[in-house]
Amino acid sequence: MYDKKVRRRRAVLGLLVALSLILLTAYFGESVGGPFHSIQRGVVQVLSPIQEGASRALKPVRDLAGWFGDTIHAKKQRDQLKKEVATLRKQVAGAQQAQTENRRLQALVSLDRTGSISSYQPHTARVIGRSPTIWYSQIEIDKGSGDGVQPDNPVVDGDGLVGRVKTVTSGTAIVTLVTDHTFGAQAEVLTGTNPDLGTVAPDVGDPTVLLLQNLPGASTVKTGDQVITAGSRSTRLESLFPKGLVVGAVTQVSTDQLSGSSHQVKLKPAADLRHLDFVQVLTKPQAGLRAQAGGSGP
Amino acid sequence: MNEQLQLALRMVGLGLVLAIVQITAISQITLLGVSADLTPLIVASTGLLAGSIAGAVMGFGLGLFVDLALVQTLGVTSLVLTIIGYAAGRLREVRDPAHSLVPLGVGAAATAAAQIGYSFLQVLLGVEGPVSVLLVRQILAVTVLGSIIAVPVHALVARVLGPALPDLLRRRRRRAYTTGGLSPLSRS
Repeated sequence: MYDKKVRRRRAVLGLLVALSLILLTAYFGESVGGPFHSIQRGVVQVLSPIQEGASRALKPVRDLAGWFGDTIHAKKQRDQLKKEVATLRKQVAGAQQAQTENRRLQALVSLDRTGSISSYQPHTARVIGRSPTIWYSQIEIDKGSGDGVQPDNPVVDGDGLVGRVKTVTSGTAIVTLVTDHTFGAQAEVLTGTNPDLGTVAPDVGDPTVLLLQNLPGASTVKTGDQVITAGSRSTRLESLFPKGLVVGAVTQVSTDQLSGSSHQVKLKPAADLRHLDFVQVLTKPQAGLRAQAGGSGP
Repeated sequence: MNEQLQLALRMVGLGLVLAIVQITAISQITLLGVSADLTPLIVASTGLLAGSIAGAVMGFGLGLFVDLALVQTLGVTSLVLTIIGYAAGRLREVRDPAHSLVPLGVGAAATAAAQIGYSFLQVLLGVEGPVSVLLVRQILAVTVLGSIIAVPVHALVARVLGPALPDLLRRRRRRAYTTGGLSPLSRS
C-alpha cells in the first residue's frame, strides 16, 4: 500500500516535470506562427475581457498602493523638478528658435519625413496586465490588431519610449518593455553638433537602468545628456523606432579601464515603467493609405 | 460530491482568481522597487495543506496559466512551480510542521526558489543582454516581500481549500494547532 502511494507520487512528479520540459523544448524551438504560439494567442484573446474587467475593478487598489509610494517620494521629486524647470526654461527658448529654422530648411530641401514620428498614428491603450517575474519585462494592453496595432510597433507614454509590441491578438497586445533582456534599439546622444550613435540595451536585473553601448571612442557624452532613438539610417534595414523618441537621460559615464576609449554609459529611462496606466502605440499607416494620402496632395 | 473532485475544483478556482489578481493588480504595485509574486506562495501553501501531489499539480497548472496568459516561454514557470509545490508537500508529509510561522519560512523559501529557478532557466535559455549584479538585490527584495505576505496568503488558501481537504488531513492540522505540537504526556 505504502509502495503504491510512493510510486504514484513519484510518477505524478515525473510526468509533470517531463511535460514542462517537453513544452519548454517545443515552444523554444518553434517559430512565432507555430501551434503553441497560436494556442497562447487564443488563450490571451479569451482571457482579455476578464483581465480588462479585473484591471478596472482593481484600479483603486493599485492607486492606493501607488499613493503611499508617491507621497514618500513627492518631496524629493519636487525639489528635483524645480531645478529641472529652471534649466529647461532656458533650453526651450533656444529650441523654439531652432525648430522654426529647422522647418524652413526642411521645406527648402523637400526632406522626406515618412520615417518621422509625425507619420505614425498614436493609439492610446490601457495597461491591463503585467508579468510578475523580473525576467519578463512586459505588459499587456487593451488594443490589438483590430485597432491597427501590429507586432514591432513602438510604444510610448507622455515621457518617452516604453517598448515595442511583441504579439497581438484582435483585442490585446503584449508589449516588451525597454528593460526586457530581448530589447535593443539604435539611439543617439544629443550632445554637441555631431550626435553620437550607440545601442540602447537593458541592464538585466536592474529595471531602473538602461545601458548605452557601442559609442564611438571619441564620444563626448556626459551626465545629463538626453538620448533619443536614432531612427532609420538605411533604406534596406529600416529601424523599428522613428527618430526622436526620448529614451532617457545619461546618469553615469565611465571609461573602460582596459581600452581607455570605449564608454560604459548608464541611462535613466524617461518613462516611469513601474507606473504605467496608459500608453500610446505608434502605428504606421498602411502602404496603400499612405500612397493615397500622398497622391491626393497638391 | 467526491472530496477529491471538490478539492480539485477549489484549487482551479483559487488558482485562476489569484493569478488574474496577480497579473492585473499585484504585478503593477511596486514596493522596495519590486512587485510581489503570489504564485509560489499559493503553490507552496497548497502543498503544505494538501500534500505533494496536489502541490505539484497546482504548481504545474498555475505555471502553465501564467505562461499562457502573459505570452511567456511555455514550461518555464510550470517547471519551477511544480518542483516548489512538490517540495512543500513533501515537507508536510515527512515532517508535518505545526508551528504558526511555518508558512512564513516556507513562503520565503518558495519565493527565493522561484526567483533563482527562473533566473537559472533563463540563463540556460540564453540572455540577450548584460546581466547586472543587482539581480541579486532584486531576488532578495522579492523574497522579503514574499515573506511579508506569506502568512495572509496561506490563511486565504487554507480558508478556501480547508473544507475540501480529506478528514485525515483536517484532523491532523487541527490537532497540531490545538496542542501546539506537544505530546499528551508533556501537557499533563
